[in-house]
Amino acid sequence: MNHATIEKSIPLMAILTLIVVAIGGLVEIVPLFYLKSTVVKVDGMRPYTPLELKGRDIYLREGCYNCHSQMIRPFRDEAQRYGHYSLAAESMYDHPFQWGSKRTGPDLARVGGKYSSLWHQAHMRRPQDVAPESVMPRYPWLEENELDFADVGKRMEALSKVGVPYTSDQIAHAVDDLKAQAVFQSDNATLRQRYGERMAFDDFDGHPEKITELDALVAYLQMLGTLVDFSTPQPKTH
Amino acid sequence: MITQRVETEKYDYDVVKLFTIMSVVYGIVGFLIGVIIALELAFPELNGGIPYISFGRLRPLHTSAVIFAFGGSVLFATSYYVVQRTCKARLFSDFLSRLTFWGWNLVIVGAVVTYPLGLTQGKEYAETIWPIDILITVVWVAYFINFVGTLAKRKERHIYVANWFYLAFIITVAMLHIVNSLAIPVNLTDSYSIYPGVQDAMIQWWYGHNAVGFFLTAAFLGLMYYFVPKQAERPVYSYRLSIVHFWALAFLYIWAGPHHLHYTALPDWASTLGATFSIMLLLPSWGGMINGIMTLSGAWDKLRTDPILRFFIISLSFYGMSTFEGPMMSIKSVNALSHYTDWTVGHVHSGALGWVAMVSFGAIYHLVPKLWGTTTWSVRLINVHFWMATIGIVIYIVSMWISGVMQGLMWRAYDHYGNLTYSFAETVGAMHPYYAFRAVGGIIFLLGALLMAFNVIKTIGNKTVSTARVG
Repeated sequence: MNHATIEKSIPLMAILTLIVVAIGGLVEIVPLFYLKSTVVKVDGMRPYTPLELKGRDIYLREGCYNCHSQMIRPFRDEAQRYGHYSLAAESMYDHPFQWGSKRTGPDLARVGGKYSSLWHQAHMRRPQDVAPESVMPRYPWLEENELDFADVGKRMEALSKVGVPYTSDQIAHAVDDLKAQAVFQSDNATLRQRYGERMAFDDFDGHPEKITELDALVAYLQMLGTLVDFSTPQPKTH
Repeated sequence: MITQRVETEKYDYDVVKLFTIMSVVYGIVGFLIGVIIALELAFPELNGGIPYISFGRLRPLHTSAVIFAFGGSVLFATSYYVVQRTCKARLFSDFLSRLTFWGWNLVIVGAVVTYPLGLTQGKEYAETIWPIDILITVVWVAYFINFVGTLAKRKERHIYVANWFYLAFIITVAMLHIVNSLAIPVNLTDSYSIYPGVQDAMIQWWYGHNAVGFFLTAAFLGLMYYFVPKQAERPVYSYRLSIVHFWALAFLYIWAGPHHLHYTALPDWASTLGATFSIMLLLPSWGGMINGIMTLSGAWDKLRTDPILRFFIISLSFYGMSTFEGPMMSIKSVNALSHYTDWTVGHVHSGALGWVAMVSFGAIYHLVPKLWGTTTWSVRLINVHFWMATIGIVIYIVSMWISGVMQGLMWRAYDHYGNLTYSFAETVGAMHPYYAFRAVGGIIFLLGALLMAFNVIKTIGNKTVSTARVG
């Protein structure tokens, strides 16, 4: 076909363009939804607890992904600095993903348990107090703002519609579960029954009398990278 | 004067004027926010503990302001101008032209209000919340109809090459925006992406890289294909080359996204495929650069006297440089060093400042006297702006090259005992001088843009009636 034919016809030009620009995406994206090897299931992964989920929402709100990655690459130095390289399964319940693209600050994929909650409180108040070279801004409002958690069940319901396997039991008890994790030394037996043993319990924000945004954020950070047990790294193939 | 009046009735220049003015305004806003966040990284106390201006909330405002507000306004202005003149037809619908203008500005106002409040989708370059995403879609459909409708009214049999690029940009951005923004709403402001982890990452970077590929490249090549020949008063160097590189660029670009995800949990086949196509992309990219620069053949002497042409040529040079750097950075072993560092930031800015902003400045300086029927107030000031912009960019890019490569090397440095040489905090500390220096580059670039705004205002108000032909 002579190119003059194409450039004299709008429909031809538009349709050919659409076909040409669609191919690459189709080839690269569509197989990821059905190739089983894309996400190899591993033991330990579970959806976020209500408190962690609220913490993750705050992580998004503050734009933490602009400076922190959550994706450890399989290099010697990264293994030593951050831990085992990240698995696809570890972000299988993430909507949206938070792998990031820049490390102005360190990777956070396995920051859970690395520092005490007391350290996180000091760090959020003024990062330079614990890391003098840090260029991170202060986040003093996190421990001042009371956490608005009335809608957490609704959020879990929305996530369940896009494939996160929250049970109706978990959604129904979302607010109770959130309080059980956020209020230090409260009875959390039913919470653990619903989500398993691997989660952080602490006086996350240093204010045992109230539930703040810092409670949620620190609970989220203290969980990151702790769900999969890498001492027995046996991938389950389905 | 009589010919001018006929021209204004024939073409809708009002909407072009509106978008041209807004492109100057949004350019300054976008550069200013860039300078502010650059300074925040150099001096973190600057945000004063105020949530609304902390780095994490302002950075999306900077990227959206420069890409969608500044770049978008330039593209609306120039595409509406170019499509009318190359088709010898008035825009399809005055109503749709106004709808795209007010709608697009509403999108920008929406972003300016929501980002500082922390309302975001949490996906890079696609942070706008779902109601704004719907508004973007509506505006974009109106834009498509208006553009294609104008093409349909053309009095030339052939569709001019600039319009192929604009059309490909409009179609592809619609596809990318709709697919990437699909989300399930929780309330009026919040939503969750429908895609999980790996798939979301792949779709995000398919979107993200092609926002660069089609918004910031294909569309601006369309601009280039009209304004460079016009300003040089020479025909496009090679018609055949424009055909080959148009189709090659449109086909190859879309594959390049996964090079942002090397060594991640994305399957290796996908990122390898992305790298392969990224390397091939060098050819059509340079095809465009060569076609633009060689348009000057036989008119090189004009570079000595015409600072607008100088803007175009340096923008094409930066385009050539960053489209060489990009494929190189998509090679896995290079990417292992460059990824997550400031090198990427420098690369983006050599494209965004060097190519996109420079070619836009040239187009604005070309357009304003033509649209308002006046003469340029000060050619000398254009020249000053040219040098300030160039020096600002070079300072910016060089700082980021040094800090990026240094950062990458420090992260992987081992001492004689097999221990990591540097703690992460030490690598952050080492960046400080380069962050400060980068801000200096940004400030010089911003000052240049302020000179442009002044010159544009003076040119619009210039009483001297143009002796140049409007046609």
